[in-house]
Amino acid sequence: MTEKIATRVAYGKALLELGEKNTNIVVLDADLSKSTTTAEFSKKFPTRFFNMGVAEANMMNTAAGLATCGKIPFVSTFCIFAVGRAWEQIRNTVTYCSLNVKIVATHSGVAVGGDGSSHQAIEDIAITRAIPTLTVIEPCDAVETRKAVFAASEYNGPVYIRLGRAPVPIITKPEDEYKIGRGILLKKGDDVTIVACGALVANALDAASILDNEGIKAAVINMHTLKPIDKEILIKAAKETGAIVTAEQHVLDGGLGSAVAAILAREHPTPMEFIGIDNRFGQSGEPEVLFKHYHLTAQDIVNAVRQVIKRKVQQLQSLRV
Amino acid sequence: MLQSFCRDISELKMRARIIRKHIIRMLAKAGSGHPGGSLSATDLIVALYYGKLNHDPRKPNWQDRDRFVLSKGHGCPALYATLAERGYFPVSELDTLRQFGSMLQGHPDMKRTPGIEISSGSLGQGLSVGVGMALAGRLDGKSYRVYVMLGDGETEEGQVWEAAMAAGHYKLDNICAIIDNNGLQIDGPIKDILSPEPIPNKWRAFGWHVIVINGHDFQQILNAYDEAEETKGMPTAIIARTVKGKGVSFMENHVEWHGKAPNPVEAEKALAELEKG
Repeated sequence: MTEKIATRVAYGKALLELGEKNTNIVVLDADLSKSTTTAEFSKKFPTRFFNMGVAEANMMNTAAGLATCGKIPFVSTFCIFAVGRAWEQIRNTVTYCSLNVKIVATHSGVAVGGDGSSHQAIEDIAITRAIPTLTVIEPCDAVETRKAVFAASEYNGPVYIRLGRAPVPIITKPEDEYKIGRGILLKKGDDVTIVACGALVANALDAASILDNEGIKAAVINMHTLKPIDKEILIKAAKETGAIVTAEQHVLDGGLGSAVAAILAREHPTPMEFIGIDNRFGQSGEPEVLFKHYHLTAQDIVNAVRQVIKRKVQQLQSLRV
Repeated sequence: MLQSFCRDISELKMRARIIRKHIIRMLAKAGSGHPGGSLSATDLIVALYYGKLNHDPRKPNWQDRDRFVLSKGHGCPALYATLAERGYFPVSELDTLRQFGSMLQGHPDMKRTPGIEISSGSLGQGLSVGVGMALAGRLDGKSYRVYVMLGDGETEEGQVWEAAMAAGHYKLDNICAIIDNNGLQIDGPIKDILSPEPIPNKWRAFGWHVIVINGHDFQQILNAYDEAEETKGMPTAIIARTVKGKGVSFMENHVEWHGKAPNPVEAEKALAELEKG
């Protein structure tokens, strides 16, 4: 069985390493340091850690102020509070000023589980992607989280990294190449391409295995950077496989699916299906139960692939008539 | 410190008159903007840039400089005029305020204007930025100070009190908040809209040393800036009682001059008044 680690846990470890390497790294949290795992950094580097209390708007702009003085602030709380509560601070101060602030937030999506809807950010990709020039990243596993955190620290400018609470399987390797803005083809296939981010990448790979048994060869792309999104890999996939399914733990409006559709509509119109949360809020429950309820499972992706392939075939037939 | 201090009251008054005339001309040319809050803040800003700040217009990014954050960003004509007169950029740029392609945006923009420490305009955000600058200064063992100017109406924003709590908690004695207490906001007197009074008591309750002054009396202003610097172990808030539209009789204490530019005739009249002093 594949080892499972939460991306938030990998974040806490990566911060310890980074803190050692670069003394300009400072960390801010809003009374959730045990949950976001920044508490480890606070123990090791107490003078470079600021607990800003339950006051996210102030925390975000304090980070901005630190960044103007050459610090590299990592700002952490839950996604809903980081980019929900403090959206305008991120928009008007952090990003408009191109400040070197890294917003690394945890507890994305319905996989938060028991805390329920109030703590489950399912709109955060849409609202951060809408901010001009902001980089938006959602790693698929613990190994990739480390790479994303390191890459963000080396990149000069604001970055939002979306992490999860629940353990997710390790599906990437430390030696795999990672570059912000460059999607990764995890599995080749000719019939359809599944484009996924975050926890849904593992489900996409599971779906591809199920489909293999049915004789459907599905390619899988790990689109870890939601903005700037990798246009080239998408256009190539659309041209080579002629059908696309997107999969994300996010509302369908304005997330990965919307981003992919907007590019392909212009560059290479392709039949598409979308896995995501359809105009509903989350609720309490075990992550697995919620994934079933909101149609985010590997089986849901399989069903979407069958649908899109049907449309692909219909389209090809209509062209021949 | 490469800028010479000026603590001569009559010279500061003369400087302030020049800045106020710039404000009227800039706004009349732009055809929009905020005269009331620019004129109420002028003396406080002039005293800071001529008599207090450790800064160097030739090196706006000098690491050890004192920082000034104009959190009430709509008062930027006063700051732009002062920065230009201080040599951060040519005075001729003032004519381009609010025009397409100008370095002088309708609200402060750090990426376009030398000397602007942080973009602002969306109220309530500046004090938090100042807290970050002050924490960085302490962390790096630097002696620079951070000044943040807020409007009194602006303190209706909850984030201001989050920042006040943080500065008090972290005992940031290298930050000084200046509240331009002109008593008016866009929709009317602050006491009628959503009263932040009693303002001094609120800041004290958040762990700040509070100084109440007449914000148009240069001696009081300079004394307050010095007292803030000498106050250790806690941040200082200067509550400056000011007159909105100060210096132009028909604008003074009139709420409609919050965000309306003078027409050419009004500008002429205002400039004539300022000329007389």
